[in-house]
Amino acid sequence: MSIRHHVGDDLIVAYATGELEEAASLIVATHMALCPQCRAALALAETVGGTLIESAAKADMGDGEFEALMQRIDRVEPVSPSVPAPARGEAFVLPQPLRDYAGGDVGGLRWRSLGGGVRHLPLATGTSRARARLLYIPAGARVPDHGHRGLELTLVLAGSFYDQGAWFRRGDVEEADATVEHQPVAGPEEPCICLAVTDAPLRFRSLIPRLAQPFLGI
Amino acid sequence: MHDPAIPVGDAPGPDQLAAWLVSVGDRRDRGAFEALFRHFAPRLKSYFRRFGDADGRADEVLQETFATIWSKAHLYDPAKASAATWIFTIARNRRIDAFRRERRPEFDPQDPAFVPETGPGGEDFVTVRERTEIVAAALAGLSGEQSEILRLSFFEDQSHDAIAHRLGLPVGTVKSRIRLAYGHLRARLAAQSGGLL
Repeated sequence: MSIRHHVGDDLIVAYATGELEEAASLIVATHMALCPQCRAALALAETVGGTLIESAAKADMGDGEFEALMQRIDRVEPVSPSVPAPARGEAFVLPQPLRDYAGGDVGGLRWRSLGGGVRHLPLATGTSRARARLLYIPAGARVPDHGHRGLELTLVLAGSFYDQGAWFRRGDVEEADATVEHQPVAGPEEPCICLAVTDAPLRFRSLIPRLAQPFLGI
Repeated sequence: MHDPAIPVGDAPGPDQLAAWLVSVGDRRDRGAFEALFRHFAPRLKSYFRRFGDADGRADEVLQETFATIWSKAHLYDPAKASAATWIFTIARNRRIDAFRRERRPEFDPQDPAFVPETGPGGEDFVTVRERTEIVAAALAGLSGEQSEILRLSFFEDQSHDAIAHRLGLPVGTVKSRIRLAYGHLRARLAAQSGGLL
């Protein structure tokens, strides 16, 4: 199934320059793994970087820098790739680099309950201001009504959700800025697993998240 | 393409640079590696100096970058990127690691869950040479302000807010000009690839 909702040019350029912080970079990189079209856009932005390097000013080099480099390289033992690559065709729900951040594929994750069958797994993303986490939403369940202080990015990895008049499926990314108050609903076919990155912790409108409400009308 | 073992004059072309990098990956070719170092190290040093104050820091990251180029050269595919672009991505990732102390999440084309290109419209539809030429031509066609904004966004670890402050522009203007400059590039590429990108 082809991807219909892509990451925006702003995010692609910020990922290419290296400006984008780690949590948002994680969602962009994971989308890239699933989306050849965005990889082509990334290749273009990175070509700008390569072109700018070619035309960069040349700093003065000290004596013997290359020799020092080769001594360093010769000191370091060659690292042999001892970890065998997983077989092609093995069905992972989480593509790299997300699998490394989660500590494995979805089968073995240590989910934490949020109530109502909704689970999450916060991911460590360094010093990022933004937060990244995996969300597990039972088929047909809704995520509590929430607004957010910054940009919220959600990448679907399994199942689907419906929000703001559109369906989002594997590989699709929803961008919602701070003005959006929304209530995504998981599709009825299977649990929805997604990667969510928020600029700031979500502020829920109700004190008790209304996570338990089954959604039967779609 | 030149024999990679024979260094050429002061300004090696893209084919020569790519051949050197391939030769490092295939044969641990130290002569080719030195030629790449002579070409890229002074440029990368000025790149790193923009992110770190102390000269020693830039030198350290420069060494780390070339050590990474040495160990990863076998992964370089000249059909996917020019040598300059591939080396830029290595340098960018090293400096994120060194100056910001964050990991850099990257997709892995060897991962079973990776979705490869299928047919026209994929990233291989335009050749590396075409893409490089389009970018060079498009950069030359940008206004002074647009190209300054683009250069700052690649060469300084500045948020859009900081770039806006520095240029005395509203942040929304900076964002829209980056988008415009990049959209300009994409439009040229789309024209070249028959509208498939």
